[in-house]
Amino acid sequence: MTIESNVLLEARGLTRVYHRGSEKIQAVDGVSLTIRRGEFVSFMGPSGSGKTTLVNLLGCLDNPSAGELDIAGRNIFGGGKILGERDLTRVRRELFGYIFQNFYLIPTLTVRENVALPLAFYRKPGVETEVERLLAMLGMEHRMEHLPEQISGGEMQRVAIARALVNRPEILLADEPTGNLDSKRSGEIGEILKDLNRNAGLTIVMVSHNPELARLGGRLVEMRDGQAYET
Amino acid sequence: MITPFQVAYKNLLRKKVRTLLTLVGITLSTWVLVSLFGFNRGYEKALNRDIENMGYQLMVMAKGCPYEAATMMLQGGTGLRYMDQSMVNDIIKEAEVDKITPILMQAFFDPNKGESGGIAGYFGVDPATYPAMKPFFRFRSGGWFHDNSAPEVVMGYEAAELEQREVGDMTLVPEKNVQLKVVGILERTGTQDDGTIFVPLKTLQRIAGIDKITTIGIKVKKDADITKLENKLYQLKDVQVVSFSQVKQTIMKLISTARVMVLSIAIVAILIAMAGVVNTVLMSVLERLQEIGILKTMGAMPGDIFRLVWTETLILCSIGGIAGIGFAFLFARATDLLMRRILPYAPSGGLVAIDGKLALLTLGSIITTGLLSGLYPAWKAGRVRPLESIRRDG
Ligand SMILES: Nc1ncnc2c1ncn2[C@@H]1O[C@H](COP(=O)(O)OP(=O)(O)O)[C@@H](O)[C@H]1O
Ligand SMILES: [Mg+2]
Repeated sequence: MTIESNVLLEARGLTRVYHRGSEKIQAVDGVSLTIRRGEFVSFMGPSGSGKTTLVNLLGCLDNPSAGELDIAGRNIFGGGKILGERDLTRVRRELFGYIFQNFYLIPTLTVRENVALPLAFYRKPGVETEVERLLAMLGMEHRMEHLPEQISGGEMQRVAIARALVNRPEILLADEPTGNLDSKRSGEIGEILKDLNRNAGLTIVMVSHNPELARLGGRLVEMRDGQAYET
Repeated sequence: MITPFQVAYKNLLRKKVRTLLTLVGITLSTWVLVSLFGFNRGYEKALNRDIENMGYQLMVMAKGCPYEAATMMLQGGTGLRYMDQSMVNDIIKEAEVDKITPILMQAFFDPNKGESGGIAGYFGVDPATYPAMKPFFRFRSGGWFHDNSAPEVVMGYEAAELEQREVGDMTLVPEKNVQLKVVGILERTGTQDDGTIFVPLKTLQRIAGIDKITTIGIKVKKDADITKLENKLYQLKDVQVVSFSQVKQTIMKLISTARVMVLSIAIVAILIAMAGVVNTVLMSVLERLQEIGILKTMGAMPGDIFRLVWTETLILCSIGGIAGIGFAFLFARATDLLMRRILPYAPSGGLVAIDGKLALLTLGSIITTGLLSGLYPAWKAGRVRPLESIRRDG
């Protein structure tokens, strides 16, 4: 296998401009980068430097103002085309799993149901057993029938991770996944992500304030004023 | 595995009181609607049956207000004026007349009836002609009088119940202190006849000291022109003609006014219930923007979200609708009693006729209206962008 074919995601001059009244905010300013299959990339940088905006573009949650993005050999953004909600959804459910600072579990559903929820909308073949497998792997098998309010924050994020992975995504996108957790839980989530990357070969794109966590991945990218610097 | 349906109904359980209030609204308006439609059909049916059971289509009586007279007649009335019995012989000559029977209605005050006494109604009928008018009468025991002047009575089912009489017992005509022998007790008919006491015409004339009659019942020949006969009867002196098809029209006209009013109340109730549905579902969408956004990052299409929210509306309307119909069935008797108190004239028998077809029809319209009201919240939810909703709480 050549290095070339191992490229999973390639961004060229990605730019996102927000308009706030007459003011233009260049939240992401011409970022070009390549992410290979199996990489664990961390983005660090001060608040407001454009980390979230960038990973949202990489994760197809938003359209760029300019620039191009290829994922798994497919051109997603480029040539000025704007993808509608449905097209974005199709790309997302095929390729991505997401976790955020807030866990966004559905409070009326049990842990098991929360993890199974994505399958109600879209189901890749052969993922039926993933719910149990992932929850067991994340040490949550004894909490399957609990409601989100009955488990701790660290456990909630594990459930969110299981939910993000249930459809076997190519890339896990994590925006400050430990932002709401204490340092002990934070470390545990870090270990889980590292394991998933090492053992399951999952590609991870993570944003984190926490230098320790950010260093877990092999690759660290600094964001400043909407621009990305490899370190 | 979890289905979108489960997600929808579990979401409704989140705000139990709100959901319950919405359900109560839908239930009540469905209840009113079904009962109203049921009443619409039941009333006319009951009225037709009452008129059918009169046995005759035309009634001739001494002058007075025709509506009042008809109502009195239907209710076993009292206080009517008298006319000559010879009138019968004039009328029977008309070509349209099939059968004819003279009737004397009398009412006597019975101090032992009820709390403070009451009116006991007696029908003086001719055993030679009256039974043919009521071929559907069945005797629980005994039979008709032996002749037109026998000291005998035939009692309606309820009249016999009330007085605790069996065939062979004696009964006392109040006010006049005359003893008569019970020779027959009728089966229940579900009409005013159940409360009536029938006496041979001559016997009642003798007791009352009157040699006249109050009423003539006329059965018109099949296919004969009733209106033509009516017009001929109007030529007779000092009588009025009551046609039951006219009475029916008049009553139905009165009822339809009341019905339009109740229908508008029902429509307002449904509009309010539907506003409740829109409010409940829209609120629950607005409270869940982030959750909906997250569902979208999971791969839910706008259509999936639309269906999810629409399902909530469907659940609310189905449960509310079914409960409302259930109540309507369960409390049909109570509705009946209520209607009887409101209405100017209520025929005997069930006024509220609800059947499966009517129930399904109403349920269908409630659910359709509900789904229409769910369109806007569902559409709104479908349009939620994942990013905006997630960003909202920073
Ligand atoms: N929806 C938005 N509308 C306008 N400005 C925005 C929006 N989202 C982010 N921004 C601005 O873009 C810049 C980058 O924001 P963000 O990507 O959230 O930074 P970070 O995640 O690194 O803290 C900030 O100045 C922020 O205020
Ligand atoms: Mg951020």
